[in-house]
Amino acid sequence: MAKITAHELAKKQKEISVAEFFERNKHILGFGNLTRALLTSVKEGVDNALDACEEADILPDIYVEIQNHEDEECKVIIEDNGPGIVKKQIPHIFGRLLYGSRFHAIRQSRGQQGIGISAVVLYGQLTTGKHAKIISKVEEDRPAAVMELAIDTNRNRAEVINRKITHWDKPTGSRVEISIMADYKRGKRFVYDYLQSTSIVNPHAQIIFKEPGGTEHIFERTSEALPKKSVEIKPHPYGVELGTLIKMAKHTKSRKLSSFLKTEFSSMGSRTTDAACERAQLDKSLSPKNITREQFLALHKAFKKVKIMAPSTDCLSPIGETLIKRSLKHETKEISPEFIITASRPPSTYSGNPFQVEVGLVYGGSLPKDKSVRLFRFANRVPLLYQQGGCATTAAISSIDWRRYGLDQPSGKGIPTGPAIFFAHLSSTLIPFTSESKEAIADIPEIENEIKLAFRECARKVQRHIHKKVRRKKTREKFDLITKILPEIAKKSASMLNKPVPSLNEVITKIMDVVWIEDLIEYEKISGKPVQTTLIEDTLGEHKEGIITKSNIMVVNYMRKPQKFNLYVVIPEDAVVGTVTPKPTRIANNYIKWNLDSIHPTGKIDVHFELAGLGKGDFDENDMYIENINPSYVIGADKWEGE
Amino acid sequence: MTKKDYTNVISKIDLIASKIYDDFEKADIPYLQLPTRTKANIKFDDKFNVWKYGKNTTERSAKSLDGAYMLLRTMYLVDFIKTMIKTNKSSTLREMYYISEGWDLAKFHSQPESNSLAEDLEVITSCMREDFKLRPEEDGARVIGNLTLEEMTRNKTKKKIHCQDDVGDSGYSIPYNVEPEKISFKGIDADFIIAIETGGMFDRLVENGFDTSSRAILVHLKGQPARSTRRFIKRLSEEKKIPVLVFTDCDPWSYRIFASVAYGAIKTAHISEYLATPSSQYLGVTPSDIKNYDLPTDSLTKEDIKSLKSELTDPRFQDPFWKGEIKLQLKLGEKSEQQALAKYGLDYVTDTYLPEKLAEMGMIKK
Repeated sequence: MAKITAHELAKKQKEISVAEFFERNKHILGFGNLTRALLTSVKEGVDNALDACEEADILPDIYVEIQNHEDEECKVIIEDNGPGIVKKQIPHIFGRLLYGSRFHAIRQSRGQQGIGISAVVLYGQLTTGKHAKIISKVEEDRPAAVMELAIDTNRNRAEVINRKITHWDKPTGSRVEISIMADYKRGKRFVYDYLQSTSIVNPHAQIIFKEPGGTEHIFERTSEALPKKSVEIKPHPYGVELGTLIKMAKHTKSRKLSSFLKTEFSSMGSRTTDAACERAQLDKSLSPKNITREQFLALHKAFKKVKIMAPSTDCLSPIGETLIKRSLKHETKEISPEFIITASRPPSTYSGNPFQVEVGLVYGGSLPKDKSVRLFRFANRVPLLYQQGGCATTAAISSIDWRRYGLDQPSGKGIPTGPAIFFAHLSSTLIPFTSESKEAIADIPEIENEIKLAFRECARKVQRHIHKKVRRKKTREKFDLITKILPEIAKKSASMLNKPVPSLNEVITKIMDVVWIEDLIEYEKISGKPVQTTLIEDTLGEHKEGIITKSNIMVVNYMRKPQKFNLYVVIPEDAVVGTVTPKPTRIANNYIKWNLDSIHPTGKIDVHFELAGLGKGDFDENDMYIENINPSYVIGADKWEGE
Repeated sequence: MTKKDYTNVISKIDLIASKIYDDFEKADIPYLQLPTRTKANIKFDDKFNVWKYGKNTTERSAKSLDGAYMLLRTMYLVDFIKTMIKTNKSSTLREMYYISEGWDLAKFHSQPESNSLAEDLEVITSCMREDFKLRPEEDGARVIGNLTLEEMTRNKTKKKIHCQDDVGDSGYSIPYNVEPEKISFKGIDADFIIAIETGGMFDRLVENGFDTSSRAILVHLKGQPARSTRRFIKRLSEEKKIPVLVFTDCDPWSYRIFASVAYGAIKTAHISEYLATPSSQYLGVTPSDIKNYDLPTDSLTKEDIKSLKSELTDPRFQDPFWKGEIKLQLKLGEKSEQQALAKYGLDYVTDTYLPEKLAEMGMIKK
């Protein structure tokens, strides 16, 4: 065999074009088959549109249209009311792979790699030979720019085929039209599911979906408040790679190691910086540019050994329990579920990356009793539709024994069966996906554990809810007994004997022998005047009308002795407290506390409060707790366990 | 018919009202106490040779919703009875059930509920439902045999009736009141009474002339016998010193029919001494007969088996005969009917089966 020289080999070595790379790897990018390709195209477009609107503080109005003139060829159109894209940037964003503004930023956003929309353009070009068309309008009084683009796959650059201007009614916004090979018949359901799920986690967005046949589906906006804007943060030492650390040191403007660490990383104060340098046996006045690879290695190791505060969690933008509940309620209207319960965990970190878990559970109604529970998974407000089996969410749910909570689960493991829908949302600056197609969350122990804890809490709430319902029914019966039947017995016996009707109070206290707490929630529509401002920052737009949630709680002492105790009612953190009677002892951001006056036997106290800033049904059950009284004396409230 | 004195009944009823009223006055939770009316609480009464309620009691207390409803209904019921006595009216149990429609919260949801409360009231006051001016709507069973009785008719004249010559094929119909003021027994010429469960068998014996050929008084029980039927049998048997034989199907439900005739029913154990005929004997069809006569059978159902097992723990079935027969039946896993005897021809029951059984029991000579 002839010997091949390095020179001969060098003739064959050349840059691989992005097109080739794409062609070979299209499955991991989500274009593996004609069904997936359709969904991925819609998804990349919608994710971009939502991100753009939010960055510009605009409530998103997203329009998705699919045209299907020929077999296996679809035209995907996505339009938004975002800020638009300046003309110069259009070719880069749509015609260049791995180009984006968010890749380097550490904050929560939907797209991350910048591979998204340009990959769709490339896929369209490769499969149909047609060009992508982009319309963008950045200023209200200016015309919109129209551009037809192709990708020069050898150079990874856009080729502008045609450019012109046009009139567009929208104040600002953008629209993309890309023709792709896709299987609409089979992909339709996934597109619908994806848009519906997106609407659940983006209650502030309105999405309209127009099918090839002309049918329009509208996913309505259920919240007028934009999500809290996530703040960009610096990398945390726990999560930084050695290479990144070296690169950062090379480009830093700091002249000393200590100032480099303090200014370019999160959570690095003087004391932590000193501790890390000491641990690495490095002089903190060293110039970052003169540090050797070995010294960097020592520093990198030292980071892991020093106690460093968790990164700030401002960079996260969770949805919030109230909005999750409202969205789930809106989307499950037709099922008319028995209850919807949510739980959220405080922010946490893995490898220096902040993350937060929120979960929800919809139960009952017309949901099938004999099918597996349906699981809605989300990461940074993006639905995850495939690879459910390989997702950390699935693993966390499977490890909980759901049999105690009214669901079937053979051997107490796996996805349970029963009339329920599970919801899980992970927010993070860096979602650890199992692959580039971003369909499943990797099995990071910290994350899996948080998801588990969140679902456990949710399950406990379910149990409490069921328990409460049973107890309420019993109390209701007792109440009927003492208010209706007992007086009748007394009246009848008195009339038979021609005697006056005897007093019942003492017998009533003997029968009940409890302090009884019952509540009623009403909603009142307020129109004409703006509602009190909510606690959510960045609330956009004045409400023209609003809902006041009115909660009435009746406390009756059916015990033989006077009772005096404290009452707590848990309220949503994003609610604004209006009138409260009697005068509360404390209004915290998530509860109201009363020190109730001594109540005499068969005496009654009415507690009333109003909440603003919530939608109708957001607060549909008072969570009541008591303190300084034996909890077994009280029906309708549980023991206050502290905040 | 003399006019009945209801003073005693009224004072007993008022006692219930004042018990409840006094409970309120004393600030006690109102309640009424009555014997537990279950199988576990029946005891053999040596004096009367019947089964009566034992010492266990149940409390109907206003503490629970069900208990409170019971008390309220009781109050309405006693008030209604008091009114009926005062206005000299009476009603059937079914009428009373419909009258409760107007009782608002106290209204009954089904007739068994109202019937059962009327029985409770009998138990609490030791009165009979006749004292409460309540009567059943059930019509009495039929009798054929060489018996003459005298009945007080509606127009207050006494009428003698011979239960063969004066009646058609369906026999003499037992009225709901069979007390001496209504019925008295005159002449009788018979050796025993046969109480028969099914109408089919009753008619077979009538058609075959068994009442004449074997000197029998035939009584049709019509399934679980009404109070008046049981009272009729008891009076006839005891006043005329004539033995009673019970002839039923061969299944657990039929044994209960026998028990209610002979020992007293669980539901009416408070008046067993008044209704039961302790000297009654079970003629058949027995599980042994299934084997001895090779009768056609059906398999026992789940309910049958449950019922047989329950009878094994029923104090009324604790003698060797019943224990043996019930165990045998459980082993066979089969049941049979009186009319299964027709396997051997229409005359077989009167020509062969009954004579053999009666001889076995010493009622006739072979």
